[in-house]
Amino acid sequence: MPELNYKKLDWVITGLYLLLVVFGWMNIFSSSVSEDGFVFSFKEKYVMDLVWIASALAIAVLILFVIPSRVYPAISWPFYGLMVLLLVAVAFVGVEVNGSKSWFALGPFRLQPAEFSKIATAILLAQLMSKYEFRFTNARDALRIAIVLAVPILAILLEKETGSALVYLGFLLVCYREGMTGWLLVLGLLAILFFILTLVFSPFTAIVVLTALVGVAAGFYRRRPVTGTLVTAVVVLLLAFLPRLAQIPALDFLGRFEPEIWAALLTGTTAAVLAAVEWFRHRPQIRNLMMGFLLGLILIFSVEFVFEKVLKDHQRARIEVLLGIREDPMGVGYNVHQSLVAIGSGGLAGKGFLGGTQTRFDFVPEQSTDFIFCTIGEEWGFLGTLAVLAVYFTLIVRLVASAERKKDSFVRIYGWCVAACLLMHVVINISMTIGLMPVIGIPLPLLSYGGSSLWAFTILLFIYLRLDMEEKSY
Amino acid sequence: MDPFKNRRGIVVTAIVIVFGVIAFRLFQVQILDKEYRVTAENNALKYETIYPARGRILDRNGKVIVDNKLSYDIMVTPYDVQPFDTAAFCRIFDLDTAFVHEKFREYRLYRRKIGYQSLVFKRQVTSEQYNMFIEKSFLFPGFSGVPRTTRTYPFNAGGNLLGYISEVDAAFIKDHPEYRSGDYVGKTGMEEAYEPLLRGEKGYSIYLRDAHNRIKQRYRDGEYDKTAVPGVDVTTTIDGALQAYGEQLMKNKVGSLVAIEPATGEILTMVSSPGIDVEQLSDISKYYRQLVNDPYKPMYNRAVMSPQPPGSVFKLVNGLIGLQEGVLTPNTMYGCQHGYVVGGLRVGCHGHPSPINLYQSIMMSCNAYYCYVFRSILDNPKYGSVQEGFERWKQYTESFGFGRRLETDIPGEKAGTMPSAERYDRLHGKGRWKSLSIISLSIGQGEIGCTPLHLANLAATIANRGWFYTPHLQKDTPACPVDERFKERHYTMVDTTHFADIVQGMELAINYTGGGATATIARIPGVIACGKTGTAQNPHGDDHSVFITFAPKDDPKIAVVAYVENGGFGATWAAPIASLLVEKYLNGTIAPERKALEQRVFDGNLLHKVKVRK
Repeated sequence: MPELNYKKLDWVITGLYLLLVVFGWMNIFSSSVSEDGFVFSFKEKYVMDLVWIASALAIAVLILFVIPSRVYPAISWPFYGLMVLLLVAVAFVGVEVNGSKSWFALGPFRLQPAEFSKIATAILLAQLMSKYEFRFTNARDALRIAIVLAVPILAILLEKETGSALVYLGFLLVCYREGMTGWLLVLGLLAILFFILTLVFSPFTAIVVLTALVGVAAGFYRRRPVTGTLVTAVVVLLLAFLPRLAQIPALDFLGRFEPEIWAALLTGTTAAVLAAVEWFRHRPQIRNLMMGFLLGLILIFSVEFVFEKVLKDHQRARIEVLLGIREDPMGVGYNVHQSLVAIGSGGLAGKGFLGGTQTRFDFVPEQSTDFIFCTIGEEWGFLGTLAVLAVYFTLIVRLVASAERKKDSFVRIYGWCVAACLLMHVVINISMTIGLMPVIGIPLPLLSYGGSSLWAFTILLFIYLRLDMEEKSY
Repeated sequence: MDPFKNRRGIVVTAIVIVFGVIAFRLFQVQILDKEYRVTAENNALKYETIYPARGRILDRNGKVIVDNKLSYDIMVTPYDVQPFDTAAFCRIFDLDTAFVHEKFREYRLYRRKIGYQSLVFKRQVTSEQYNMFIEKSFLFPGFSGVPRTTRTYPFNAGGNLLGYISEVDAAFIKDHPEYRSGDYVGKTGMEEAYEPLLRGEKGYSIYLRDAHNRIKQRYRDGEYDKTAVPGVDVTTTIDGALQAYGEQLMKNKVGSLVAIEPATGEILTMVSSPGIDVEQLSDISKYYRQLVNDPYKPMYNRAVMSPQPPGSVFKLVNGLIGLQEGVLTPNTMYGCQHGYVVGGLRVGCHGHPSPINLYQSIMMSCNAYYCYVFRSILDNPKYGSVQEGFERWKQYTESFGFGRRLETDIPGEKAGTMPSAERYDRLHGKGRWKSLSIISLSIGQGEIGCTPLHLANLAATIANRGWFYTPHLQKDTPACPVDERFKERHYTMVDTTHFADIVQGMELAINYTGGGATATIARIPGVIACGKTGTAQNPHGDDHSVFITFAPKDDPKIAVVAYVENGGFGATWAAPIASLLVEKYLNGTIAPERKALEQRVFDGNLLHKVKVRK
């Protein structure tokens, strides 16, 4: 075991950590203090938060100086197993908070296993992917990773804690870094794009756009981009005329005319024929493209089903508000509207510490937990939000840079996992408060009130710092 | 060794892009878009309005005629209401249970919007009702009372003149953005005319409130609060006692009674009958429908809004014009055999001695005399044509204020009508009319309409021997000076020297004892009054009874017009009413020998003579 060299502790990351925790407490104080000022009572959130911070710091010291780092790879499987067990258990015996059953109640304390299972997943992923013979091209390896990711996600979905489940998708970035094909990410983004396109405009529009996209891509594959684009343009123009056919009385015998059905039939058949032909010619690129096109058609036609049947009412409403399909500032849109008002009213320099009116007087719900960014926006202004953004950015990028210098791929992958978790939380949380994403209730790392979240991120980060301290860098 | 090393760059680039998008959005929300700041203020700052006391209205002697009284609005916070004894509640406030149920149905409907707010449940309950409520208020959780000033009227006088105040409605706020819902505004009469003075300035306290509309604290310790500035007391030119007496005289008659102090143009009394009782004024919303639907239109200020033919009173104007034009001297004699007859045209007249001079013509109100006078004005060779002569005549009448608005401070003042040459051109063909075609104008009939205020102003002008101040209702006080336009003397186009002869005739009309005088009924013991009767024919039934008068003859203190619709001869109703008003004003009491006349006037009911659309 290498000698511990405490001078090698990454003081920048530690400093940023402390900065966020202290700034977080200030904002929690501001958003939860009453007119009477500071009252030392454990009923007050800002006092409780001090308890959480103190205990988190104790945990940090424990991890940094006491627990030997070699236990982490060793316990990865049991730890992961225990966490999955807890995740499933909480769905049955947990207490229900805001419609999701994701909390264990231990007297006055509440713990959310979903926060901690991230740590276990990160350690296990690092452990699996750091094996010498690990390859994403190896189906067994890829499947194993998929299962390790899918199990906690499904367990968390069982608790109706959609936001936390979404965070796990951040690990896909780590997978990408470690060799997973980037197409998976591109396809994922395209799927979201077409989902939105279908909802906001119409299935027909989505089909036309998909046709255009695939047509141009095919042209590039054939190394005839100009011809491909021109042919695509003609096809798209012809498609665009389809709705006009509905107005021709002679075609009435076809029954009720649905342009998207006809468009899908025409383009889908063409794509299927092409895919078959290319299959025999052994030209996988065009074949895959055409298969992709058919998949896209299926996605477009399932959007309505997913939206109406799979999503919950409140989720559907949040998405509708985000996409501007529905305006409801007093109902479902209330959170986002008030959140935007609070942040927007901060202006350049903000209203000053304890000066916020929107966040202090309960206009913004959940202002010390999921919507803590509103307090920052209102009281510290654009300069404050930009500073917070900069701190997170520095933290994440520094973690990535630090991880990349590691000889031991376990440490590198684990570092990436920590960065990915932070990134997902920060981006989803802030985007939700400023109306870039639907309302997804996950905390802002180290700033939001909440013991589970603070502990989890402390553990996550300080395990890395401990590993970093011991590990030789390039 | 690590084939995917380059992917770090791709991921970091993606992170930079995502953080860039977030930063841009923050810039947009926090710096570019100002709307959020406004919404935040609306969210958090609660402006609690402090209502100023509305200015009082005083009469010319300093007596308060419109005062403020404390009443209470019953407020309700639907969130805090628990089931209560609706019947007991309704008994206190004299309400219908259906009203209460309807209100609560509404509250349930808008409960999300209402939240913790309190709303007005019932406006302006009396102190007695409020006290009863307070005793039992523990039975009605969620209800409370807030003090609110309302109008009260120590005199039952001048309802129409004073006007009413009512809460502003949405349409009014749209046109007058300085008002807010819940404000009161003067809607008619003096309340409307002097709204800017009376209303005062609202103040406010700013509080911070939370999302549940609960007040948390004062904003910046009241640094930005504004204290209310009470409205200014406005002194009117009205004599409260005289106004009340005038209303008594006009009771059960349709018409107007206007008195002006000639030396100042100050309106002493302005009665429009039937009028609004002050009881109704103070709770106008309750009586509004009833008043609007009243066939006698009590909301309508006839004194300034109802142009009617002036009748024989107008002979005075024609006489003055004739004198000024030099076509008439006081000694000009004309004969009259029961009227003026030219060819097929005949203007009838009553039986009186003939021939007569100017004084006698006024005294006896001879129609034929003024037909001659009018024709000699219009047919005067120096104007070349009848049309030219007419235009000249019209200029004279306009210098008296006829056919135009006097620009008083009374809302809704009408201009009346003075026919134009063009109108006769249209009627008879261009240039195809003669003085004879429009001969009715000579005796104040035909296409002429003037408001009672015009006639009161004529009386004041004659009393002043040739000039007038624009009649007005606001008294000039140091605290509250009147507009400059009320301080400017207006001279008519008739030289002041000619007025003495007309005054002479008017004196005779009342005081000549040798017989033939038309207005002896208006004779006041101890006072030499001057007057002129009028009997205005109209297409709506009996003639209107008109009388103008001023007194005393020398140094007149009061000029009056009484216009009683469908009252018959001028001497029948208008002359007694106007003379009684003058007597009351000058002597303070009615002489014993005129008590019977006073009683006849009080008892007189002419409402049945007035045709109304029921």
